[in-house]
Amino acid sequence: MAQLSQLTQYIESYVDSSRSSTQQAASVDAIAYLLKNDILTLETLVREMGMYLTTTDNIIRARGILLLAELLTRLASKPLDNVTIHSLISFFTDRLADWRALRGALLGCLALMKRKSNIGRVTDNDARAVAQAYLENVQVQSLGQHDRKLCFEILECLLDHYPESVASLGDDLVYGICGAIDGEKDPRCLMLTFHIVEILARLFPDPSGPLASFAGDLFDILGCYFPIHFTHPQGEDVDVKRDDLSRALMLAFSSTPLFEPFAIPLLLEKLSSSLPLAKVDSLKYLSNCLLKYGDDRMTKHVEAIWFSVKDAIFCSEQEPMLSLASELLDHVGFQENEIVTEAFILLQKVILENSGLSLSLIVGDKDINMIVNTVTSFRSYNDIPLQSKHKLCAIGRILYVSAKASITCCNRVFESFFFRLMDTLGLSVRNSSGDCLPNYDYVFSERLNFGALYLCSELLAACRDLVVGSEELKSKSVSAQESWCCMLHSFSCLLMKAFSSVLDASTDKDAYEADIYSGVKGLQILATFPGEFLPISKSIFENVLLTFISIIIEDFNKTLLWKLALKALKALSYNYIVVEKIVSLMFLDDFGLPFQLRLEAISDIGTTGLNVMLKIVQGLEDAIFANLSEVYVHGNLKSAKIAVQLLECYSNKLLPGIHGAGDFEDVLSRFAVNIWNQIENSMAFSVGAQENELLNATMTAMKLAVGSCSEGSQGKIIKKAYSVLSSCPSFTLKESMPITGTVQLEGLQHTQDLECFSCRDKWVISLFASAIIAVRPQTHIPNIRVVLHLFMTILLKGHVPAAQALGSMVNKLCPKSNGVEISSNCTLEDALDIIFNTSLWDSHNHGPLKRCSGIGVDNEMGLANLCLGAPNCQLLQVCAIEGLAWIGKGLLLRGHEKFKDITMIFLRCLLSSGGIDNLPLNHGSLENNQEQDVLPSVAKSAADAFHVLMSDSEICLNKKFHANIRPLYKQRFFSSVLPILVSSMAESRLSNTRSMLYRALAHVISDTPLIAVLSEAKKIIPILLDSLSVLSTYNLDKDILYSLLLVLSGILMDKNGQETVVENAHSIINCLIGLVGYPHMMVVRETAIQCLVAMSRLPHARIYPMRTQVLRSVQKALDDPKRAVRHEAVRCRQAWASIASRSLHF
Amino acid sequence: MFYHIRDIKDPEHPYSLEELKVITEDAIEVDDKRSYVRVTFTPTVEHCSMATVIGLCLRVKLLRSLPSRYKVDIKVAPGTHATEAAVNKQLNDKERVAAALENPNLLDMVDECLAPSYG
Repeated sequence: MAQLSQLTQYIESYVDSSRSSTQQAASVDAIAYLLKNDILTLETLVREMGMYLTTTDNIIRARGILLLAELLTRLASKPLDNVTIHSLISFFTDRLADWRALRGALLGCLALMKRKSNIGRVTDNDARAVAQAYLENVQVQSLGQHDRKLCFEILECLLDHYPESVASLGDDLVYGICGAIDGEKDPRCLMLTFHIVEILARLFPDPSGPLASFAGDLFDILGCYFPIHFTHPQGEDVDVKRDDLSRALMLAFSSTPLFEPFAIPLLLEKLSSSLPLAKVDSLKYLSNCLLKYGDDRMTKHVEAIWFSVKDAIFCSEQEPMLSLASELLDHVGFQENEIVTEAFILLQKVILENSGLSLSLIVGDKDINMIVNTVTSFRSYNDIPLQSKHKLCAIGRILYVSAKASITCCNRVFESFFFRLMDTLGLSVRNSSGDCLPNYDYVFSERLNFGALYLCSELLAACRDLVVGSEELKSKSVSAQESWCCMLHSFSCLLMKAFSSVLDASTDKDAYEADIYSGVKGLQILATFPGEFLPISKSIFENVLLTFISIIIEDFNKTLLWKLALKALKALSYNYIVVEKIVSLMFLDDFGLPFQLRLEAISDIGTTGLNVMLKIVQGLEDAIFANLSEVYVHGNLKSAKIAVQLLECYSNKLLPGIHGAGDFEDVLSRFAVNIWNQIENSMAFSVGAQENELLNATMTAMKLAVGSCSEGSQGKIIKKAYSVLSSCPSFTLKESMPITGTVQLEGLQHTQDLECFSCRDKWVISLFASAIIAVRPQTHIPNIRVVLHLFMTILLKGHVPAAQALGSMVNKLCPKSNGVEISSNCTLEDALDIIFNTSLWDSHNHGPLKRCSGIGVDNEMGLANLCLGAPNCQLLQVCAIEGLAWIGKGLLLRGHEKFKDITMIFLRCLLSSGGIDNLPLNHGSLENNQEQDVLPSVAKSAADAFHVLMSDSEICLNKKFHANIRPLYKQRFFSSVLPILVSSMAESRLSNTRSMLYRALAHVISDTPLIAVLSEAKKIIPILLDSLSVLSTYNLDKDILYSLLLVLSGILMDKNGQETVVENAHSIINCLIGLVGYPHMMVVRETAIQCLVAMSRLPHARIYPMRTQVLRSVQKALDDPKRAVRHEAVRCRQAWASIASRSLHF
Repeated sequence: MFYHIRDIKDPEHPYSLEELKVITEDAIEVDDKRSYVRVTFTPTVEHCSMATVIGLCLRVKLLRSLPSRYKVDIKVAPGTHATEAAVNKQLNDKERVAAALENPNLLDMVDECLAPSYG
């Protein structure tokens, strides 16, 4: 009740116009809340408000009524009883006469009338009373915009919800509405008025009803809005779009046939205006009105409309010939603009509505006939004058549209044009009775008439679309009776020949491009008739396919023709012929058709459908294996080249397509297994010069194929691979070994490279590694420990795939805590144990890699220690570091703790070059001397290991190969490594060490997402600048330098970095000035200057001291050999010179 | 070369000199070997009082855009301006250009014209 007592206060604060609007809104809310929750009844409220509603003070009364109306609006969903509603609506109806307090009355009426019937609504009688009072008292056009809008809303509501009650008002209503909407200008109100007219027309459809007498007046009011055009586009923030308004007006125009005598002449008149907008709108409106007004009324206008449409189509300022080139075969040769598009839509509707009359207009049209006659007298496309080319295209479209409209239309068009065209082409003969018959004896020797051929193809296209769109035409009985079908049937064969003869005769010169287009297009249309459609027989379809294929096989010199034919083929649905021919392309030995083109054809065709793909992939695989076996056995160089191309095509073009297509797992796994079979069977192996390239291509294909298989087939592949691997004499794989055991690799000499492997061994191990890289985490790997050992030893020989495979394995193995042993008998911990604790190197014995278990730790070295220093052997150390980097990446991606240890190892490698003896090794000081010369390269590889850790790799450990990637791993690594690097940098004194540290840091920073770097900007920038200046002294590091510079520019451009940049402005500018002259890379110079431009936007006080320095250094860049740099330099000088123009001379 | 000066705005209109056809590509002569540039511009009307200012803008812009080894001559196209000789003399006199650039009002105007209209 406490709230109730405040009621008066609320009312006061609303009525008091001096209060702020938020206060007023708050009080309305408060009262509405009371009413909603039944704390306060409407009756009490009205009684309470009595004075405010009836006082003679205009302002207070207006506010009072408005308050009541506002409250009713809020209560739209609260049930009210009929008596209350009646008294309220009577009150508001009464108030409509009170022009000083009108807004409240309008709002109140609206709120009440909008109520749904289930919660109590205004009765019909009351509604009529409202309408009457409204029509008598409200002068809509004298009100403000907001009130007008309310008025229109009331009208709309009355017409919508109480049609019967207002309809009885008859003439008065229509008259009142005319008065109300006359001269309206506000777009929001116009939306309403147009809608009101539309409903009004629906209310009085009777041609002798009240609307009929006012139709002229009403249309006068509406007509002046056409075409909709905003004069003040940037006016108030009106959210009504021109298109919406135009559509509303269109609906109003077409709302009643009564508008026909007024609307059509207006629209036709506007169609001839020069304003494109008006044209487009008129065409749209005409299309719409055509349907609504009905046939009877429109018949008399058909002729006028046809002429206007024809004008619109012919006069559009388009260059039709371009379309031939740009759109290729996609659509009919017309580069359309909106006017033409709308014109054709209208034309189509006219033909559909009134086919008889409009078709006789078209068929009998003088212009069309004349153009058909003149154009067909030119033989080649290029002979036709531009004007006529244009018209030719237009007529093509007109014929297309009219023939496509219906079967009868198609008949008419064919009857009047088809034979004429055939005559022009010389494809027909007349018999004695004047009938037109196909001339089968015609010899295609000379060039066929382009125009006629073009029109033919348009007609054919229309037939095809007609057939495709209608079910009945496909059946035999119907189609046989239609005259166009008969004509088509008798001539289809000749037409096909005609189109192919155009292609035969063509040479690849510009002059005949258009001919080629139309020829290919004609054939394509012939081939795309539905299969069951009779007039075009199956043999024609097959002939077309054969033509295309023979083009692809033979005419590869005619680039355009070749491309078009391939494209057309892709669009067709082919049968076995095409696929077989295409597949056989791969085995053709004569090199007539360049291999690249063959592959293009194969992959293009291959990706069009599932069935095709299956066959093509099969064929491709066969070809690959045939070539590979050539390579294996004979070392055939040519086959090696071909195999590389085939494999690349397989992995780059077809495999991605297979992914999208779904169930191709069998194919893929068979491919992988077959590669292994082949290797297994070919014991003698002689790959020649192309070895590496071929191996890489095979590895990629293997990875991709394995990667897209499921666990089951992956398991099979791995098993197969493992059996091949274990059959190699070089790799002795013993299955039962203790955890701490090592692999015994007998016969393997310790040398620093892979030369000791036979070629076959290298293939086997590389392919095995790639298969391992690509498997899913759950796939079972047999004898995982042995495999780990094997990779470990191979890795030390500098075999990177082995390292990557190790990385993938540690990335995917499941940790111990998982409890259930899913598929592997080796957990992550075991694997790490093997990797880090196995002795790989016996420091006492430099001979074969052999380990005697049980010998003391002193003379064994695990991988980690090897990294830190292999006695006498820096190469081994480098290999170890590289291998460790990949393993570390695998761990880092899954977020394993161990990667920290690995990072520390790299760091120690970096630092050890400084001679700080923190190596935990027990080797003598003898070696230290040697290390001094050796270590730079070790340190460099340690620095580069950070790049391996941070970068995204295409080769392994990514999503495609099912890597286990934790989100934000880069950020995490960045934030944990940065402090360590920074602090060690502070400690180290030797320039060599420092430069290596900078290198490592550069890798880390440039591979981290910019956002993470920005958050540390304060710390980073000084180091970043230092590393930039250090790196700029070596020309070998230009790529790192550039990526680092990009990070800097990223910081400069970002808002969050701004503060730090301002602080360090001087040093940044100094550093950039140094890079402006960087001689080794153009983009570095360009970016440096761009950064300087960005710097010029900093606060002047801060950068002003640097101005002369910058200007002087950039002056040199004005003479840069590269244009881009000079351009940026000018921009930069302009920016810096203008920050203080007083001193132009410096 | 043309690229550098085409964007300069006319002191009296919001259009660039290229749009007003005050300068064209043909009217610029560059000799890279001898490091010599000659720009000939055409004032919009014969009595255009802004001819000197336009010339000054051109000179300042080129000063900023070209390496210092270039010598720049700026001329009014023959027969297009009432006081052709005077303007030419004024524009190619080093002292007078320097003096003009000391004048803050004039310099502000020049800077306004040179304000980059491109991105």
